[in-house]
Amino acid sequence: MRSRSADPVVKPVLIRIAGLAASVVIVLWGAATLAFLAFRVIPGDPVSVMLGPQAQVSEAVKDGIRADLGLDRPPLEQYFSYLWQLLQGNLGESYQLRLPVTEVIGRQLGATVQLTSLALVIAVVLALAVALFARGRVSRGIVAGVELVVLSSPVFWIGILLLSVFAFGLGWFPVSGTRNPATIVLPAITLALPVAALLGQVLRDGIEAAERQPWATTVRARGAGQVRLTAHHTLRHGAAGALTLAAYLVGSLLGGAVLVETVFARPGLGRVTLSAITDRDLPVITGVILFSALVFVVVNLIVELLYPVLDPRLRRIDVRRVREVGA
Amino acid sequence: MSASARPDIARRMGVSRPANASRRVLLWAALAVLAVVAVMAVFPSLIATHDPLRTDVRAALEAPSPAHLFGTDQSGRDVFSRVVYGAGRSVGIGLLATGLALVIGLVVGALSGVAPRAVDATAMRITDVLLAFPEFLVALVVVAILGPGPTNVAIAVTIAAVPVYVRLARVQTRSLALAEHVEAARILGVPRMRAFVRHVVPGVLGSLSVLATIGIGSSILAAAGLSFLGLGPIEPSPEWGLMLSGGRNVLGTAWWIAVFPGVAITLTVVSATIVGRGLRARAEGRG
Repeated sequence: MRSRSADPVVKPVLIRIAGLAASVVIVLWGAATLAFLAFRVIPGDPVSVMLGPQAQVSEAVKDGIRADLGLDRPPLEQYFSYLWQLLQGNLGESYQLRLPVTEVIGRQLGATVQLTSLALVIAVVLALAVALFARGRVSRGIVAGVELVVLSSPVFWIGILLLSVFAFGLGWFPVSGTRNPATIVLPAITLALPVAALLGQVLRDGIEAAERQPWATTVRARGAGQVRLTAHHTLRHGAAGALTLAAYLVGSLLGGAVLVETVFARPGLGRVTLSAITDRDLPVITGVILFSALVFVVVNLIVELLYPVLDPRLRRIDVRRVREVGA
Repeated sequence: MSASARPDIARRMGVSRPANASRRVLLWAALAVLAVVAVMAVFPSLIATHDPLRTDVRAALEAPSPAHLFGTDQSGRDVFSRVVYGAGRSVGIGLLATGLALVIGLVVGALSGVAPRAVDATAMRITDVLLAFPEFLVALVVVAILGPGPTNVAIAVTIAAVPVYVRLARVQTRSLALAEHVEAARILGVPRMRAFVRHVVPGVLGSLSVLATIGIGSSILAAAGLSFLGLGPIEPSPEWGLMLSGGRNVLGTAWWIAVFPGVAITLTVVSATIVGRGLRARAEGRG
């Protein structure tokens, strides 16, 4: 039995992986094309933008720059050479910094990865703790209220409040800078709070829905306490809901990083993005957009692979469907 | 049945709701906040105590006092009056973006609901991708492409808000187009187009408006974030996000500049969300 079923199991899995890989390529290609089109649709000559409004440059020099950048060639040719460059991992050169975009992003990436991953850990721990230990109606009500206020507050304002209380007021943490490892604490907490609130809401909704199921009563009847019921049974349901939000949460971490890095004057991808936007540094903006698309795709891929781990039904359904096909 | 299961059932059936009274108080409080914000936005001079733009270097960075309720900023401008005058811009952009997004969402969603399958599928794929990102990030990308400026911020926040309405409008159109009262109208000889406009669109619009009440909050937040980054209105315009960014630089000496505009944003957004949720509960027959 087992040896015969192996083949029809492997094949759909391969098909699924191929499908996922294809969707990765399509999303990245779509993002690249969109970025290419967007910058050709908006008004404004890229060369004038690049030189800045005060530059006194003759048309001949501008034409020279255009030829250097390949902007004088037909659009379709530009598009294909742009895609070809991308395939080789070449995102072009920053107008302002005169450095390859990959280097500009690469240099700042570390700081942002540190900040966002620490924030993610804090958020998950907070949300889990609240889901496990906020039990009664009163405590759940309070938690829901706090979540509403946090989600309704601008993340940069939360950062400002934490700064004025814990850095300026109590002096527990440094105000800014990067050398001291303690500087990351306040920014990470700031970034984590809205994510924790959203995650907490979704977890709690899933858990409460699961608690209303008949089997939850069965588990209680067997003598399991609230915490055990949550940790061993209902949390899984909440987590499945939270997992569908994974890409959204990563998106809020990235968007929040731009604000938090500004509030705390930290280096990172957010600062790069912001100065690229104000300077109209189009290659860097394209690079950041493509990088975000890549992150989005990778996160979704991981989520796809995690679903069956979390929800055993998905594993079984797959096999059943396979057997029907194989029969 | 165990005793502990009973209140659970009762709650599900909506029989006993002791939380109802406090919920109603909260709803009225939220409505009151929104009313005050509306007055601030439309008639700021009624509430403001000073000219929001008048600088007075001798009175710079004064702490809150009866003369300056929220203190003064670096240029000696009255923070309270600036918060009051800021309402028009900060809330206005949220309202404008939400209103536009609702209309665009209604048109695109309703058309998509009755369009050929290929068109519908394409529109829905695009909405799916946009819905996967937080509004602020979408708005930031749009501003990155269009360039900074107050108009572009408004466009960006609108685009970021549209997908939710498209999605809801499509679902509602599809279910309402098959509803009995629409079918009855068709049988009675009402032309297809007229039945659609008279009997489907109003229903869709109703659900969208409920969603919009909640959506105003996130649009205000996204717009404030972009202004905070300096991508929207510029000094000396009183705008809540921009004021926070100015206050950040003198946080060590004058906390009030960066605290009160934030309180204004949070209170407004919390209130809009509470009212929106109340409306939704009522629309679903749970109020």
